[in-house]
Amino acid sequence: MASLKELSTKQEGLVGGHRLCAGCGAPIAVRQILLASEYPVVVSSATGCLEVATTIFPYTSWDVPFVHSAFENTAATVSGIEACYRSFVRQGKTDKKIKFIAFGGDGGTYDIGLQALSGALERGHDFLYVCYDNGAYMNTGIQRSSATPRGAATTTTPAGTAVPGKQQHRKNLTEICAAHGIAYAAQSTAGRWQDLTKKAAKAIEVDGPAFLNVLAPCPRGWRYPTPDLLSICKLAHDTCYWPLYEIEDGKYTISYKPKEKLPIEDFLKPQGRFRHLMAPGNEGLIAQLQADVDSEWERLLRLAGE
Amino acid sequence: MSERILIEGNEAVALALKLIDPDVVAAYPITPATEVVQKFAEYVADGEVVTEFVAVESEHSAMSACIGASTAGGRVMTATSSQGLGLMWEMLYIAASLRRPITMAVANRALSGNINIHCDHSDTMGARDAGWIHLFSENTQEIFDNMIQAVRIAEHPDVRLPVMVCYDGFVISHAREVIESLSKEEVQSFVGKHKASLSLLDLEPKTVGPLDLQDYYFEHKRSQAEAYKAVPGVIEAVGQEFGKAFGRSYAQVEEYNMDGAEVALVALGSTNGTIKDVVDGMNESGKKVGLLKIRAFRPFPAELVRASLSKVKAVGVFDRSMTFGGWGNPLFTEIRSAMYGTSGNGCCCGPCIPILDRVYGLGGREISMAEIEQYADEVLAVAKGEQVELIDYIGVR
Ligand SMILES: Cc1ncc(C[n+]2csc(CCOP(=O)(O)OP(=O)(O)O)c2C)c(N)n1
Ligand code: SF4
Ligand SMILES: [Mg+2]
Repeated sequence: MASLKELSTKQEGLVGGHRLCAGCGAPIAVRQILLASEYPVVVSSATGCLEVATTIFPYTSWDVPFVHSAFENTAATVSGIEACYRSFVRQGKTDKKIKFIAFGGDGGTYDIGLQALSGALERGHDFLYVCYDNGAYMNTGIQRSSATPRGAATTTTPAGTAVPGKQQHRKNLTEICAAHGIAYAAQSTAGRWQDLTKKAAKAIEVDGPAFLNVLAPCPRGWRYPTPDLLSICKLAHDTCYWPLYEIEDGKYTISYKPKEKLPIEDFLKPQGRFRHLMAPGNEGLIAQLQADVDSEWERLLRLAGE
Repeated sequence: MSERILIEGNEAVALALKLIDPDVVAAYPITPATEVVQKFAEYVADGEVVTEFVAVESEHSAMSACIGASTAGGRVMTATSSQGLGLMWEMLYIAASLRRPITMAVANRALSGNINIHCDHSDTMGARDAGWIHLFSENTQEIFDNMIQAVRIAEHPDVRLPVMVCYDGFVISHAREVIESLSKEEVQSFVGKHKASLSLLDLEPKTVGPLDLQDYYFEHKRSQAEAYKAVPGVIEAVGQEFGKAFGRSYAQVEEYNMDGAEVALVALGSTNGTIKDVVDGMNESGKKVGLLKIRAFRPFPAELVRASLSKVKAVGVFDRSMTFGGWGNPLFTEIRSAMYGTSGNGCCCGPCIPILDRVYGLGGREISMAEIEQYADEVLAVAKGEQVELIDYIGVR
């Protein structure tokens, strides 16, 4: 893996000047992933914060070939691009080695784009799909998605007096993708460049579909101060809310095991979206969240043979 | 070498696809276009094409993959019908806005609900504002020929717009007809090599499909609208060139027995074939009825329609779809709009020609020669000053 120094001399695929919020996790993840590629890449993106804030005509922050067409179809779009590439290679119209990366938010991936993603994974296109997971539809104003954690307040699951935030557990997309029998699926984070660079490089290297689910905190929707990205990520990993792991040809490996597993409250407390959970009477919800995290973590450890 | 072959409509589409041999086909099956996909998959399985065939999981993904492949610089084609076209709706606009020269065969079929697999034009009429060029086909020969011409029209540097080749579901898609086929060499030399206006695979940084706000979106739509002005000339030129090469010329509209006609019928698709027979019979018995067949519905050939229909005293339009709650139906409203208020001050400055609208054949309901003749008689009566319903139905209980 390239050192930070080496990476700092590489040409960036996503450059500054975009309009994503200060402290947004998404562009950090995207830059790191693009830097990890040994090959030239073609990028496709779903509608969402990342796309709208980086491509405001007549400006663009993308210094790579980039296409966006709609919200739910980035995996299908990249399928077409990759199919054309394959056709060109077969016809001798190109001999370049090119890799294809699709980016989608959690809404564009877990929800409305799941069918297109599943189809593309099953068909076996040579591409990497990256979900930058900020746990809600941020671009349209923080509505719930199936990636939103239980208990979180969003604008469609507000913390009301009768219903305190989102009632459902989040979908396990990483394992849904892995269940397609793809060679590589992993969870990573905008908060650990080594982890992300290593996994992105591996995923890009795979000949066939690969999937990366990257925790990409959103200070606006999670309601925490913008400079705190790294500490929020660290808490997500140390509480095991967002475990870092890989599934390679079905084999699970845990990438990071906290020395001391912290209680879920440590992750919830700094975030305004969970503030209502701290009120007396909502201890049960926190206990339920803790139970969700614990059982997921124990299951992962078991699957990884730990 | 031209060869006379007996072939079903869908097979003719698949054969055209094979002879064009595009870089990518992304498609999803739906009755009555399924055989296109199946037959093409056989060509792929037997190594008869270089095409990368993407058997997508939905029509939304089919059009998305076509847009991706076209943006990558490929020549791209697909086929669908009805609900499939409906599912593509969002992507149809994007394909046209991104100026992707995709060719799509559409077997016209009714839209649900209730579900019905048979012919009417509701599906492509629902997509008439999406920015695609719409070519209608009267018979199997025309679908085959239209598919080949569509590639040239779509990819013309002044056009760069997607084309749908419409053909009546079952009526043409499943009917066996003898057509003049063409050889791979003939088709290849006619369509030529694809010269992509844009390719993501050249690896030059570029951003396709950006966020486009109040300060630019309108100009982009305006410049898109300008592109349609070049299309009629290209359709005519390609149709002429096709005629020179293979002996069958095509235009945006076709006049049938319009010389000296007192009234005209206007229709889209396979019904034109039946109307031609009726017109022949009526002409023989001294009734001056002509037909204006519309081949290019988008862009709408308003000036040609006006020139042709200004010669008659009354017009009878056949509409095989409805605009619910609208005043008159899709073909009728286009024709009326082309005929009236044509000068800048809104005045029609000419004789006010009565134009009738009749909805027929929804959900595959057959229309008989007798029904067509009855309608033509009605139009003749109107030309003589009789009053009838302006907008009505044929063949419904
Ligand atoms: C078909 C369709 N439905 C809804 C929308 C509106 N929309 C645009 S982005 C978005 C949410 C994006 O959420 P996510 O994918 O999580 O990305 P984020 O903005 O959070 O980065 C929605 C609902 C749309 N553009 N297209
Ligand atoms: S709203 Fe959130 S996800 Fe969107 S740009 Fe701002 S911080 Fe990033
Ligand atoms: Mg999101």
